[in-house]
Amino acid sequence: MVNKLIKEDTKMFLTGNEVLAYAANAAEAEFMYGYPITPQNEIMHTWCKLLPKMEAGFLQTEDEISAGFSTIGGILAGKRAFTATAGPGNVIMQDAQSMAEMMRIPFVCAVMQRGGPSTATVIYAQQETRLTCFGGNGEGFRVVYSTAGHQDLYDYMIKAFNTAWTYRFPTYVLADGYQGKMREPVMLYDPASRGIKMVPTEKYLLADGKIGVDRKSAHMRNTYNMEEELMEVLEGYQKDYDKMAEEIAEYKEYKADDAEILIIAHGIVARSAVTAIDQLRAKGIKVGLFRPITIRPLAVKPLREAVKRAKQVLFTESANGQLAQMVLEKLYGLQTPYSTLFKMGVGVTGDDIVNKVEAMVKEPATV
Amino acid sequence: MTEVLTLPPNLPNAQNAEVGASKFCPGCGHGMILKSLAFAIDDLNLKEKAVFGCDIGCSLLSWNYMDVDTVQTHHGRTTPVIYGVTRANPEAVGIAYMGDGGGLAIGAQHLVNAAVRGEKMLIIVANNTNYGMTGGQMSPTTMPGQRTETTPYGRDCSVTGKPAKGAEMVAAIADHEKSYVARASVSNLRNLRKVFTKALKNVEMGGFSFVEVLSLCPLNWRTNNVDTWGRLKTMEECFEVKEFLSREGL
Repeated sequence: MVNKLIKEDTKMFLTGNEVLAYAANAAEAEFMYGYPITPQNEIMHTWCKLLPKMEAGFLQTEDEISAGFSTIGGILAGKRAFTATAGPGNVIMQDAQSMAEMMRIPFVCAVMQRGGPSTATVIYAQQETRLTCFGGNGEGFRVVYSTAGHQDLYDYMIKAFNTAWTYRFPTYVLADGYQGKMREPVMLYDPASRGIKMVPTEKYLLADGKIGVDRKSAHMRNTYNMEEELMEVLEGYQKDYDKMAEEIAEYKEYKADDAEILIIAHGIVARSAVTAIDQLRAKGIKVGLFRPITIRPLAVKPLREAVKRAKQVLFTESANGQLAQMVLEKLYGLQTPYSTLFKMGVGVTGDDIVNKVEAMVKEPATV
Repeated sequence: MTEVLTLPPNLPNAQNAEVGASKFCPGCGHGMILKSLAFAIDDLNLKEKAVFGCDIGCSLLSWNYMDVDTVQTHHGRTTPVIYGVTRANPEAVGIAYMGDGGGLAIGAQHLVNAAVRGEKMLIIVANNTNYGMTGGQMSPTTMPGQRTETTPYGRDCSVTGKPAKGAEMVAAIADHEKSYVARASVSNLRNLRKVFTKALKNVEMGGFSFVEVLSLCPLNWRTNNVDTWGRLKTMEECFEVKEFLSREGL
């Protein structure tokens, strides 16, 4: 059992990366495995600085491949272990992430997005949306929380551990370097004070009891001999995933009830949208926001209802429509036309959105 | 009148008796290596502490071979999974089992770094000088002139370099005071069991162990019994069978 550092509500002025380390401790995380890559480094730095007080563990591995796989090892040993990565690190960590998906390992990872493809830029983008949701050679049996600020980082990092250990699907906190490096006031709290109970971990290897007497030896595998055997397993996973989706899908709306133009955005771009909405509303333009918090799985029903109510939709992202692609698939059959404001690897400001929406008022979308 | 004697097979306790016939090809070395390992686990009474990890490739067929807690991983990734376990649970005796491709090609960075960091684990590389599961391609340890599917005219060392010497490399970089590094061969199973016992004991003492085992692949080598044995003897000339690093008390 680790020492929890935050015992009572404490308001702090922290970078998002620091917040994530504190949140992991609040969630009783016992071990972090990691490898340096910008812009997530300070999660490790903070974790290491706090180590003696927390009585937790840390291993700096030789690459993200091993950070991912050793995190799996730690989890199998019964620890609440986690990792964090970004960009090209997220790419090579997919190897481990797909194993976690296949073996239903409660893998928790914070992804602080940077520009892509390739090395690209080190601070900001929303270009790991698709990779984080659907990376690996599988079906995307993952949960991805997209945060829009520091309080979100704290709340959803804690939640990620419980989602992972409850449903045993890899779970991600998807943010970006702006959130990671920027300072904001944030309220840190002991999850118990909010009625949050951490789901106990489980020893998948070296469980209690003697082999052959109290239990059989564990034989964990991710390989199957027959195609049908695999499909049966995956159909079971899909069933579990669909059931879970109903329980955990989250979203937030802002002035969406009477919105004629509905903005669909996630993460930090959704914050720019809120700024823009206030300015546009002051000018009498009825505009609102639908922000998926779980971008995988999506809250499909409320999403469709919000889109149905609107006359136009605006997708805006710091990527070329990675979320839009996932959302559009869920909107099949609806007639609401849409327009896009995509800035690949570049921040979307409130002004960008104001200008775009005003243009949409003058010349409505037809697609 | 003929009397039929039924003798129970001499199975180590750490081997899974329920598994039945081995899934490995006839003449394969994996069964011999695993059985020797299971005997060594018995010798040190480690069944309740051992965590066995196996790689991709033929070694994955050992996923239920042992009667110890087992996890089958990805190609080259057995090492980080197992040190992930032992870092989180220092009581565990971690064993990472892989082929020469898993250890010396796709997972080489993990082997190097686990050795340098002195991870508390035993890494076993079964060296059969080719990729068996995928159909017999050249591996880092393919011998000069050896024919494989990707060196159909024989390995040309001027193009592909010379065979990788895993045990020598690990001995050069591992902590000399806390590591056990050896190369053994399936031609001498009594010695192999002894080597595994020492290697595991070293892990129990908090050290890092590496054992490369020269093994057999008659299917991909396309050799009969006599030639298979001959090939193993040639390998023993190319790859020196000995202890490279040891420590007192093993």
